[in-house]
Amino acid sequence: MTGFKKFVEKVGLPRLIIGSFFIVLIIVALALGLNAPFLFSDIIRRWMMYSILVLAMVPGVQSGIGLNFGISLGVVSGLLGAVIAMEVSFVNGWFYHFGAGAAWLTLLLALAIAIVISALVGAAYGMLLNRVKGSEMTVSTYVGFSSIALMNIVWIMLRFKNGQLKWPIGSGLRNTASLQESFGGLLSDPMVYESPRSITVYADVSDVGSVSVQQPKSLGFLAIDVNDSGFVLPLGLILVFALCCLIVWLFSRSKTGIALSAAGENELFTLSNGINVDRMRILGTSISTVLGAIGIIMYAQTYGFLQLYNAPLMMGFTAVASVLLGGATVTRARISNVIIGTLLFQGILTVALPVANELVNVSALPEVTRIIISNGIILYALSKTRGGNQR
Amino acid sequence: MNKKIANTMTNPDNNISERIKTLLFDNKVMIVFAFLCFGAFMVSGMQLEAVVAEVFTRIARNGFTVLALLIPVFAGMGLNFGIVIGAIAAQIAIFAVVYWRFTGLGGMMLAVLIATPLALLFGYLVGKLFNKMKGAEMIAGLILGYFADGLYQLLFLVLIGGVIPATDPRYIIDGGMGVKNAIDLTGSLKYSIDRVKIIDLALGLLILVVVITGVKLFLHLKKKRQLERKDLIIFAVVAILYAITYVPAIEKHLFADRINLIVALPLFLLFVVIRNLLAIYKNSKKPDPNFNRPRSIFYIALSVLVYILTYVPALESLIMSINLPVLPYVLITGLCAFNNGLLNTRLGQNMRTVGQSQTVAAASGINVDRTRVIAMMLSTLLACWGQLIYLQNIGTFSTYGAHLQIGQFAVAALLVGGASVSKATNKQALIGVTLFHLLFIIAPQAGNQLFGDAQIGEYFRVFVSYGVIALSLAMHAWQRKKPLEEITAD
Repeated sequence: MTGFKKFVEKVGLPRLIIGSFFIVLIIVALALGLNAPFLFSDIIRRWMMYSILVLAMVPGVQSGIGLNFGISLGVVSGLLGAVIAMEVSFVNGWFYHFGAGAAWLTLLLALAIAIVISALVGAAYGMLLNRVKGSEMTVSTYVGFSSIALMNIVWIMLRFKNGQLKWPIGSGLRNTASLQESFGGLLSDPMVYESPRSITVYADVSDVGSVSVQQPKSLGFLAIDVNDSGFVLPLGLILVFALCCLIVWLFSRSKTGIALSAAGENELFTLSNGINVDRMRILGTSISTVLGAIGIIMYAQTYGFLQLYNAPLMMGFTAVASVLLGGATVTRARISNVIIGTLLFQGILTVALPVANELVNVSALPEVTRIIISNGIILYALSKTRGGNQR
Repeated sequence: MNKKIANTMTNPDNNISERIKTLLFDNKVMIVFAFLCFGAFMVSGMQLEAVVAEVFTRIARNGFTVLALLIPVFAGMGLNFGIVIGAIAAQIAIFAVVYWRFTGLGGMMLAVLIATPLALLFGYLVGKLFNKMKGAEMIAGLILGYFADGLYQLLFLVLIGGVIPATDPRYIIDGGMGVKNAIDLTGSLKYSIDRVKIIDLALGLLILVVVITGVKLFLHLKKKRQLERKDLIIFAVVAILYAITYVPAIEKHLFADRINLIVALPLFLLFVVIRNLLAIYKNSKKPDPNFNRPRSIFYIALSVLVYILTYVPALESLIMSINLPVLPYVLITGLCAFNNGLLNTRLGQNMRTVGQSQTVAAASGINVDRTRVIAMMLSTLLACWGQLIYLQNIGTFSTYGAHLQIGQFAVAALLVGGASVSKATNKQALIGVTLFHLLFIIAPQAGNQLFGDAQIGEYFRVFVSYGVIALSLAMHAWQRKKPLEEITAD
């Protein structure tokens, strides 16, 4: 009995419940005869799709700002980078001039713009958080909400020429913009390497109407359809995630990284060692925001669509819940927490949809499950870490 | 900066310009917002009468919910984003009542009867949970709201029809599981509170007083409690007032369910004047250091000025075009009185003490946790009633959306009125709800005029409501941190 108790304590109650639920769901799904290769490739795809966004929580927690609900700032920076890159690519006719390489160029430009914007925004946001120590989570939640609302105004006022981005009639950008004629699926969709895509060319560049672009088959290893079974291994996406993890890990081993986590763990001790705690917190917030920006671009790349307006409003909550589910706390988060947490969270949601469809015909059930799990887990974590008299 | 504040506090007779500066600084959010509303109104080109009428409708609709936020602020629990849970209790009750086909005021009373225990239970649970998260109540309340929404959706989408037997095709989605997206309250509960006649209200008040006096008399006869002269006087006054309603000349006015602003406004101004005169009179007998005599005189003068202005023909016709629903405004006034009265009771004093310092409160023998739970129960219950008022006025119960923005908008409205995380008053709540909803009404039209797109105004409005909350939370945290820093710097 005590052995069991220790096991529960070590794994953590939420992980145990959610983990068993996940396994049961998979067993039910297989027993119902659902297509296993599709199911598992879906799980992996969504796991990797969200993982960088969740990874963004780690530097924030380590530097002591707590759970960064304000990751929306990074998300909107990433979206801004992506739409600007797509517009530049379209207006200059990159696909017409460079062919297949244009998709990669657009992706790189999107990342570059996103990283620059998010680093600056993140630094400013870090300075704000330094002024509100002790209330970071409440403030960051509303800063996140405000940033999404502000960008709503920006999206609707932007006058772009790219038909994929703008509404066919009226003004402003679309709610969801397809990445089919841009960098969508480069790192995760085998179809990109199997068949050519037809891409519209801007009338001012050339009057050919559209060009057919085929990605080189030699790059096909980035998204493998294993044995043509339908089980897709998005190797490109996995590599990008691994690279981000490696960078975060290497950084946490560096002198600055150690100073940063020290600042998060014990502010007074770190101060007495001559480390500028406030600067470390700004750095941590900035890195977190940049990862959020990269994360949303990778998310959109995998999903195949850019979701503007209110779509990313609750994304911060999903990321926070995932990392908590993986075993992180408000004061401590590791890369392993990210990997486990995202797998459990996204895994459940992926399997729940087809299973729910088979068992009860309620299409909204997975969404309801998501709301209950994500907010339940955050509440649980808050009740564990706070407490005692704050004043 | 701190010294300056301390200075003005010790010496109230500081020079005028200094005091005006503090006054402006303290009300900066409200002033900025007022200018914003004014500018947007000028741009929008909307009819003044339409806007003013709409504002009064919205105060009746939302005022109660915003006032429900005050008690947790007294108790130091910050802005209660958890009022969503009270709204959920109200919506469960509304659905039940509509489903069972009860209508009118009777139906609404049944809804209150169902919703009240539910809200008290929810409030109790929320309070218990908040006691485990002291210092993080706001973020917890926000997330609790979302969590409760998940459970609510589970109840309405799956359990009703799925587990709980319900088959009525008017409310249940084809297929037998889950409640439809929107429920029309026309003919059932719509305007069930708004349309209560003054005469019925008077009868209700009489019954209430009769029952209370009866209970007191019973206790007196049982020798448990001394019957006071005050009790009898109240009874007599109410009885006489009720008797007056039988005078034909007066009676014919009382069959209305609305009261014209030209009647209500002077009544309100008279109340303000009497209250301030009483305060001055009390102060002359027993001087109170906190009493601000010039302010009372200013309010009296302002009331008189406003009354004179009502005789300006243009304003007079504007005011006369507005009819207020009686019962919602009576309820709002009642809640204001309750909030004020509470602070004079022992419980209210305890809440204040807990709000200032839990350590001090605990040391002086107050049960801190219990006081906080009571504060949450009251706030949740009031929010629940507020949601009932809101839904009967709106007339369409949007099953999955009606409660979502309640916490958000109520908190933003309160903050716009100049309240902060640790201090809020009835006045701030009412001014806030007026300004916030003014912008709500005008913004889409102004956006349309300025940018040729109403959607921009709509987004701007949402941005402002989030932004106001973000800004005031940040400023509060900032100010709270400052003294700490000064201590460490010394």
